[in-house]
Amino acid sequence: MNSSAPEPLVVARGLTKRFPDLTAVDHVDFAIQPGEVVGFLGPNGAGKTTTIRMVTCTSPLSDGSLLVFGLDVTSHPREIKAQIGVVPQDNNYDPDLSVIENLITYGRYYRLDPKTTESRARELLEFVQLTDKADARVEELSGGMKRRLIMARGLINQPRMLVLDEPTTGLDPQARRLIWQRIRELKYSGVTVIITTHYMDEAEQVCDRVLVIDAGKVIAQGTPAGLIAQFAGSEVLEVIPENPEQPDLLATLATCGHVQRLGDKFELFAGDCPNTLETIRSRIKLVSFGVRRATLEDVFIRLTGKELRD
Amino acid sequence: MRLLPDLSTRLWSVWQRNFQVFRRLFWVNFVLPMAEPILYLVALGFGLGMFVKEIGGVPYPRFIAPGLVSVAMMYASFFECTFASFVRMYYQRTFDAIIATPVNVEEVVAGEILWGATRSAINATMVFLVVVLFGLAPAWCLPLVAGIGFVCGILFGSMGMIATALVPSIDFFNYPIFLYITPMFLFSGTFFPLSALPRAVQTVSWAILPLTHIVSINRALLIGPLSTNLFWSVAWILVVGAATFLIAIRLMKRRLIK
Repeated sequence: MNSSAPEPLVVARGLTKRFPDLTAVDHVDFAIQPGEVVGFLGPNGAGKTTTIRMVTCTSPLSDGSLLVFGLDVTSHPREIKAQIGVVPQDNNYDPDLSVIENLITYGRYYRLDPKTTESRARELLEFVQLTDKADARVEELSGGMKRRLIMARGLINQPRMLVLDEPTTGLDPQARRLIWQRIRELKYSGVTVIITTHYMDEAEQVCDRVLVIDAGKVIAQGTPAGLIAQFAGSEVLEVIPENPEQPDLLATLATCGHVQRLGDKFELFAGDCPNTLETIRSRIKLVSFGVRRATLEDVFIRLTGKELRD
Repeated sequence: MRLLPDLSTRLWSVWQRNFQVFRRLFWVNFVLPMAEPILYLVALGFGLGMFVKEIGGVPYPRFIAPGLVSVAMMYASFFECTFASFVRMYYQRTFDAIIATPVNVEEVVAGEILWGATRSAINATMVFLVVVLFGLAPAWCLPLVAGIGFVCGILFGSMGMIATALVPSIDFFNYPIFLYITPMFLFSGTFFPLSALPRAVQTVSWAILPLTHIVSINRALLIGPLSTNLFWSVAWILVVGAATFLIAIRLMKRRLIK
């Protein structure tokens, strides 16, 4: 291993995945540094899962190159997979086994020593707060507990990199916070993390850096704060006009900045909100108005459009 | 594309997982398979046997005993590698979980087939014990029966796995079962000699029904006589077994890797 400058853990160049009916990932380039928590953010069907399936060596590339730990995913899948932990989108735990058996059996797939696996499994159950469920059947666990079990399973081989595909979808706020906390702890212990999500708060909470993916392409990347500053400004002005169908409404609003319509509400990404508001109020009758802090969600909606995706 | 699958001893971790689950239901899995041959022996062997008396100088219960052992070899692995494997693959997503580790798809499929073969060996052994208890076969054949069960189990397990790789949903297993397995159960010399059937049917039976060869091997072993014809049956099982094993792995890889 090269001990001088840290080499990126993952390097994708022109990474492409074509299916018979669509190009899911379209010439994507990115690099992930050791110790980073990187979020792949995008609407459903953007290509996030397909990308990480290539990174985790479970889906072959159609084109481009992909190195993980400096190894080619096509020629060295076993060596790479041995050092990766995966938390897939589906909770594919083994329903025929108990909670602790799920971890021990999984360790066997990595050829871990059975004794070490068992003690490691107990530590991991502690880490995800499932110690008292060790001998329970998995089916008896709540959704949040199942998710934590899958997270523990992804750590059984003490991976250098953990890949989580939508780790908190469908979970209650407490369960989500626990998972975020654990991701941060892993980061501090030196584990590199890739996470896909379409929850903006999740990306802001846990990610050092975010890649916004849409239609198989990386359309923006940066820190959550950097992206917000770049694409949404610091504040967003929300106005509800009396007559949303007023003919010159959009044109008038557009003179003040980028406008987005959500039903009868209009969002304005304007630099100077107080002044803009004065200008607007002098020309349009408003039912209500407000100023709020810009979030990653604004960036996301602005970059990927607001139409419904399936 | 490589000709031979990329296999390592890691496939035994897949086998081990299935064994671990199987062992838990000891009575259901080990003892229950003994019930069916007892029913067949009583109903057909001794019931129908009252009228049939003997076939080729062999008392009827003794004649069908090797058939029952052979049928156990067929059913155990075929059902394991169809319904049970399909549930693990499709409903439980167990295979997806395993291939995220250094175990690859080829090893998952091979591990499943070898597990099916193990079940054939186990079930054939349990049925054989019943046959021995009824005094219809010599006990010393047990290790041979288990070994034959394992080898034949690879063949039937691979056939089942090919079906698993091709069916759109679990209901479609009815096609291979009703169109292939059930006719095989009846027309492989299990309950009456093949010579009772028209020449053409006999030819087809030897050509495409593995059970025909297995019954002939087991009957020669448990009753005799051993003849050189057995060599062809053993060769048939080994060649077709190896071919279906490779085809099963290739088709499953195509289904699972996208």
